[in-house]
Amino acid sequence: MWDYSEKVREHFFNPRNSGPLENANGTGDVGSIKCGDALRLMLKVNPETEVIEDAHFQTFGCGSAIASSSALTEIIKGKTLDDALKVSNQDIADYLDGLPPEKMHCSVMGREALQAAVANYRGEVWSDDHEEGDLVCKCFAIDAVMIEDTIRANGLKTREEVTNYTKAGGGCSACHEKIEDVLIAVNGRLYSSEPKPKKAPAHLPNESPVKPQLTNYQRIRKIEDTLEAIRPMLQRDHGDVTLIEVDGKKIYVALSGACQGCQMEAATLGGIQHKLVEALGELVQVLPVGAMANH
Amino acid sequence: MNPIYMDNNATTACDPAVVQAMLPFFTEQFGNASSIHSFGAQVGKALKEARGRVQTLLGAAHDSEIVFTSCGTESDSTAILSAIKAQPERRTIITTVVEHPAILTLCDQLEKEGYVVHKLMVNKKGRVDLDEYKSLLGQFGDRVAIVSVMWANNETGTIFPVEEMAEMAHEKGIMFHTDAVQAVGKLPIDLKSTKIDMLSLSGHKLHAPKGIGVLYVRRNTRFRPLLRGGHQERGRRAGTENSASIVGLGVACKLAMQHMEAENTVVKRLRDRLERGILAKVPNAFVNGDTLYRLPNTASIAFEYVEGEGILLMLNKQGIAASSGSACTSGSLEPSHVMRAMGIPYTAAHGTIRFSLSRYNTEEEVDRVIAAVPPVIAQLRKLSPYWSGEGPVPNPEQAFRPEYA
Repeated sequence: MWDYSEKVREHFFNPRNSGPLENANGTGDVGSIKCGDALRLMLKVNPETEVIEDAHFQTFGCGSAIASSSALTEIIKGKTLDDALKVSNQDIADYLDGLPPEKMHCSVMGREALQAAVANYRGEVWSDDHEEGDLVCKCFAIDAVMIEDTIRANGLKTREEVTNYTKAGGGCSACHEKIEDVLIAVNGRLYSSEPKPKKAPAHLPNESPVKPQLTNYQRIRKIEDTLEAIRPMLQRDHGDVTLIEVDGKKIYVALSGACQGCQMEAATLGGIQHKLVEALGELVQVLPVGAMANH
Repeated sequence: MNPIYMDNNATTACDPAVVQAMLPFFTEQFGNASSIHSFGAQVGKALKEARGRVQTLLGAAHDSEIVFTSCGTESDSTAILSAIKAQPERRTIITTVVEHPAILTLCDQLEKEGYVVHKLMVNKKGRVDLDEYKSLLGQFGDRVAIVSVMWANNETGTIFPVEEMAEMAHEKGIMFHTDAVQAVGKLPIDLKSTKIDMLSLSGHKLHAPKGIGVLYVRRNTRFRPLLRGGHQERGRRAGTENSASIVGLGVACKLAMQHMEAENTVVKRLRDRLERGILAKVPNAFVNGDTLYRLPNTASIAFEYVEGEGILLMLNKQGIAASSGSACTSGSLEPSHVMRAMGIPYTAAHGTIRFSLSRYNTEEEVDRVIAAVPPVIAQLRKLSPYWSGEGPVPNPEQAFRPEYA
């Protein structure tokens, strides 16, 4: 049986706002009966204020689908449509103290029902643009369609690259065979795992920061190498720096020791940023790890 | 209130007599059956007795036809892989669409490796078409390495005519294997009077422990081991014998023989009572599978317009253990491949619950389940977009047509 949180169980056994809603003026029917999960979300929206005055659901689905529907109605009641649309599937999952990776699609369905119901209220046509495949990586909840799309979009060849781009396979590693199957399905063959030695990119600091020439892996290695070269200088001042996360153009680092809280922190980050821009040949932003939480 | 266990097709409780018989083999009887000294010799004797008991339950001609393995899945893999290794010129496998994943997943892999796999379809009662089977045998003839058909289906209990199908394969000189993990102990079996070449069984389905299985290999069947190493099991399955579990399985087989009649009378009556009781109280529900020809302990009931996991969670809250025909609970979103193969609509396939009984269930338990199920279904139907008041909404498939998401 699934390891459902107390909150999920509670919302399943005592669902809020279930059943039809009289005078609903926005309805969204989403899901797939084939997959065994489908949801009708009904909204009563105040036309003056666009505030959701009431929300009800009817769900054909598993325990977590019912709990996610119930949570969704609780979250959006009292919100304006625009605020409600900011609710992400992660918000629904968080409200329930998390969902098992295989069940994250239940929260996604909730979010889509919301979009569909709002579109219905506004007289727009909502169409679903995402397709869900078989769950491949259970550690990070990555499905086959997502992996396939990423392989195609980036011309990925090896399992390592797939892991770098999607995180799939980066946990327990049990899904590596399945990832290789997807690679074979897309590329027609499996390439050897060792990345081909690529020529170092030509010197291009002045080129406009378009698509980076490096693979994600190479890029992160480069960032690490650059930070490694800076560390001795910081250590001389009894400080240090650690790479925490690379999110596109944003590079999050943790300053420690004397650097932490130092008046010169901003200047230090600026210096690191300068070195990284030089090394990577693209514009990046170096941010303290604290900025990540606010993000 | 005592919990009620009605999920015996998933696994069974070890019979206390089985546990008793096993215990000495963890302590004073720890010897390796292959050793010359007295520690080993006594274990060897116990294994021989257990082998004889399995032989009796299966009606095998010789006790040397019994090969102990670690589980039903190992037995299935050994059988199929042995057949294709022993007959490299034969690269076709015939099986059915409703087999257990132990067969289907292996066959999918073999397909990737270039083997040809033919899966027989089933009708809405879950039965195979013997004419289709016959024409496949004729069409592929000596290219077929093995036919593998389950004796009874784990989800619906539907029994397949494996004895007849084995005869038909035999006539064409084709090897026949049956995955009988659900049938052994529930149906009388007499292998020596059949043409079945190999049969898989799993201990934990008949009140023996988990981690012990058997592959029956008829004498003179061409065989290639899965595990090579020591001479255990006459070289057909290397690895030190799991002596405690083998002894436990022997006792379980002896008990299964003793209870065979009760299984087909007492347990069957309980199952029928359960089915009738639930169907009398719950509208829009029906039994899946072939009700005339199925295991005596299994009831697969489809409750329309609700999803199985919710039913199981609510029953579990009342201490009732059953399982869902929908594979949702096992990590896949698609409904059970068995229900799909039988053409059960999605709105019913997802709401299928399997109650599988054993000789430990009582009439009182059955009545408690009959009382518990209808309110659970009613409660979930109240949440269902297909349901309104006392019945399904008019034209349910039209009334609720969700956008695929």
